[in-house]
Amino acid sequence: MAKSQGAALDRKKFFADPIMVTTIVVLIAFLTLFILYPLAILLVDSFVTDQGIGLGVFKRIMAMKNFRRAITNTLKVGFLVGIASALIGLLFAYVEVYVKLKTRLLEGLFKVVSMLPVVSPPFVLSLSMIMLFGKAGIITRYLLHIYDNNVYGFWGIAIVQTLTFFPVCYMMMRGLLKNIDPSLEEAARDMGASRWGVFMTVTLPLILPGLGNAFLVTFIESIADFANPMIIGGSYDTLATTIYLQITGAYDKEGASAMAVVLLCITLIMFIVQKYYLEAKSTATLSGKASRQRMLIEDRSVTIPLTILCSLLALFVCLMYICVPFGALFKTWGYDFHLTTKWFQQVFTRYKGFKAFKDSFVLSFISAPITALLSMIISYLVVKRSFKAKGFIEAVSMLAMAVPGTVLGIGYIRGFSAGVFRTGFLQGLYGTGTILVIVFIVRSLPTGTRSGISALRQIDKSIEESAYDMGADSFTVFMTVTLPLIKDSFLSGLVTAFVRSITAISAIILLVTPQFLLITVQINEFAEKGAYGIACAFATILILITYSAVMLMNLVIKYFGTSRAYKED
Amino acid sequence: MAKEKKGVRLEHISKIYKDPKTKKDFYAVHDTSLDIEPGSFVTLLGPSGCGKTTTLRMIAGFESPDEGEIYLGGEPINALTPNKRDTAMVFQSYALLPHYNIFDNVAYGLKLRKMDKETIKTKVTNILGLVGLEGMEARMTNQLSGGQQQRVALARALVLEPGVLLFDEPLSNLDAKLRVTMRTEIRRIQQEAGITAVYVTHDQSEAMAISDKIIIMEKGVVAQMGTPQEIYYHPKSEFVADFIGEANFLRGELITKKGKDGVARINGMKVEVKDVGDFSIGDPCTLVLRPESAVIADKGQLPCDVILSCFMGSYQNYHVMVGDTMVKITDFNPKNKKVYEVGDRAYVAFDPQNVHVL
Repeated sequence: MAKSQGAALDRKKFFADPIMVTTIVVLIAFLTLFILYPLAILLVDSFVTDQGIGLGVFKRIMAMKNFRRAITNTLKVGFLVGIASALIGLLFAYVEVYVKLKTRLLEGLFKVVSMLPVVSPPFVLSLSMIMLFGKAGIITRYLLHIYDNNVYGFWGIAIVQTLTFFPVCYMMMRGLLKNIDPSLEEAARDMGASRWGVFMTVTLPLILPGLGNAFLVTFIESIADFANPMIIGGSYDTLATTIYLQITGAYDKEGASAMAVVLLCITLIMFIVQKYYLEAKSTATLSGKASRQRMLIEDRSVTIPLTILCSLLALFVCLMYICVPFGALFKTWGYDFHLTTKWFQQVFTRYKGFKAFKDSFVLSFISAPITALLSMIISYLVVKRSFKAKGFIEAVSMLAMAVPGTVLGIGYIRGFSAGVFRTGFLQGLYGTGTILVIVFIVRSLPTGTRSGISALRQIDKSIEESAYDMGADSFTVFMTVTLPLIKDSFLSGLVTAFVRSITAISAIILLVTPQFLLITVQINEFAEKGAYGIACAFATILILITYSAVMLMNLVIKYFGTSRAYKED
Repeated sequence: MAKEKKGVRLEHISKIYKDPKTKKDFYAVHDTSLDIEPGSFVTLLGPSGCGKTTTLRMIAGFESPDEGEIYLGGEPINALTPNKRDTAMVFQSYALLPHYNIFDNVAYGLKLRKMDKETIKTKVTNILGLVGLEGMEARMTNQLSGGQQQRVALARALVLEPGVLLFDEPLSNLDAKLRVTMRTEIRRIQQEAGITAVYVTHDQSEAMAISDKIIIMEKGVVAQMGTPQEIYYHPKSEFVADFIGEANFLRGELITKKGKDGVARINGMKVEVKDVGDFSIGDPCTLVLRPESAVIADKGQLPCDVILSCFMGSYQNYHVMVGDTMVKITDFNPKNKKVYEVGDRAYVAFDPQNVHVL
């Protein structure tokens, strides 16, 4: 059996479509140059020294006590944060899906909790943690009269990261729980199991892979997190901060590269387990849609404790966020609680606030549509077309998800500061706004692609085939059929990319040059200096911007989105 | 209406797929040659996995044949992409563009052909009239019933005046009654438009009702091609006989032969048969007996025991045993006839003309 003719014909048809071929070539070039190449150069840097190829650099960094400690620190934090976030996420999801909520307030709180991490810069909780529980913290100093509380270190990072990441777990677990057919649990109940028994023997086993999935996703997020350990870590260094200090403080580029490789290896292994083992498993066990509405739990001995527990947690998260604008409105946090606008004024008068917002805004504004379009194109190619390089495109764009920002930042420094392969080619890119935009794109691409892929999988393949059959080429099909059908996903991808970019810090802090002032970098700087008033003022305005962007998106989707018109069938 | 009716010719077409489980290559379609005349309505019929849809998708251009060449109106089209082929397809799921209304759905292909607005409007209006959807241009597709969506899908394909119209199980999502109405409609519209049509289905009665010619496929190869009558009355294999309509198979051997006629021994009894073809004396043979072409009587060719007798309204349904072979018989209009009960001994009686020898 020779498939050669069919393959040759497919090839011929494929090349008859120049727009698609060009797109794919450009895409492959982009992914190779801006994702694979920077990572490859890290490997080269850490294995190849003047003495030739060897493990010299690794031996050197492994001999550093603080690096070895950073590895254990990172893993410890990641492990705890992963478990705590997955469990709290499960609790919230369970309460929402299974328990009859009596109060509007609680429903509102749940919505806020799921919304906050989307709109806020990832590290504001560190700020509020310090302001609430630090030496001058309102709770510690004024309510509890503890004057020497130390929030910096392991517990500070762990608490802040848990509160930052558990909403993601909550959303993941909610999706899974909603997909459990209630009749499974009813059957178990019917056969005599108690409610707790049902949870332990039916619900939990069904969502266990999903729970593991949530754990690993958070684990990866936690060990890749840079800003929180930077602000609240104190002397407790994690891998991300150690790498940052190694390159910005010690100027040890090879050492930093090797450290980045170590961090990358950890996240990659976790990512592969998560992606190819757990994710497949968690969707395999839960394939069906709920056949009908679930009977919600009304038993007060269950609802009351769960409701109280969730409310307290949610209120605490809200309190943490509310702290930020107030931090910007008090004269001196912890000492003088008179209201003032001086911090906001200083942001714009003394600290070039306008330029910071303009730079951040413009760069994110440029990168967002490119990211959104790119991720929709990738999703289209991955889901709807078949060609040789498809696996490569899918793998590399997903790989970017597992690359911590710090690692990418180091890779860009090593890869582009002297041009590609130190040849000077594309050297002009380094230090420009363009490379910042590219970093923004690369950092947001995986999320957009993932949402695009899941949106496209729901569209019947024959709809596009029919357009193709009626005479449209690939480009026309994409523009007139695919894109309009995933408009919602495109819009949310657009806003997500914008929000992620404007709140990003880990990779960007390594690459930004003095000509650009970025808000997140400013917040980080002021927070480190202890200038919480200014940091909070910056953060408040940033949250307002991202929040309005998300609101705007919801509005646009509501009125111009695809949902109401034909999604039901 | 079509600019030009085009014939479709497949020459030694094969398509190889990889079995996702065993990772082995297999022929989805193997060495298939077909000649579909311009203006005719041809149905590819067969059980799922027989290669009928693959064949259709190769004609449309979604799949590329691994062997052989496909011709449309005499032109080889192997290397053409679907959008460059003079074919239009009606999909199983209708595949209407959900963000467009009916008018825009039907006009989609015309706009791609850069026609001016007036022409497009006239053509769309005409075609919607033909499929019985006049005045519904502004409706969105999700406001339509299944049958109406089907009509839009048909209109959208017809309006392009393709050389050949392709149907991929277009009625399988409709309820039984609507299926019958729609197949008559499709046939009427195809006749009016005078267009070549290739139609894929697994529903044999649909195939019979709609086609000029039926091509029965089995495991990637053509089992038989012919008019509905040829296939029903002269099936070339047990597979075909069994797939089209119901069939009883009586096994035996040919004991005498005189010209085209002969006598076969079935279960120890001599049975007169017509048209024995290439069989020689002593050859094992199988008689194909349709349930409606035999009756139960007190006298007949084959003695039998009744094991099921069931009143179905328009007919009496019998299962009888002839030796070890179960034979189904449908006796139409049983009113005022003798009805045999379970346990009765009787005879299966039939006209030798109605028996086909395999």
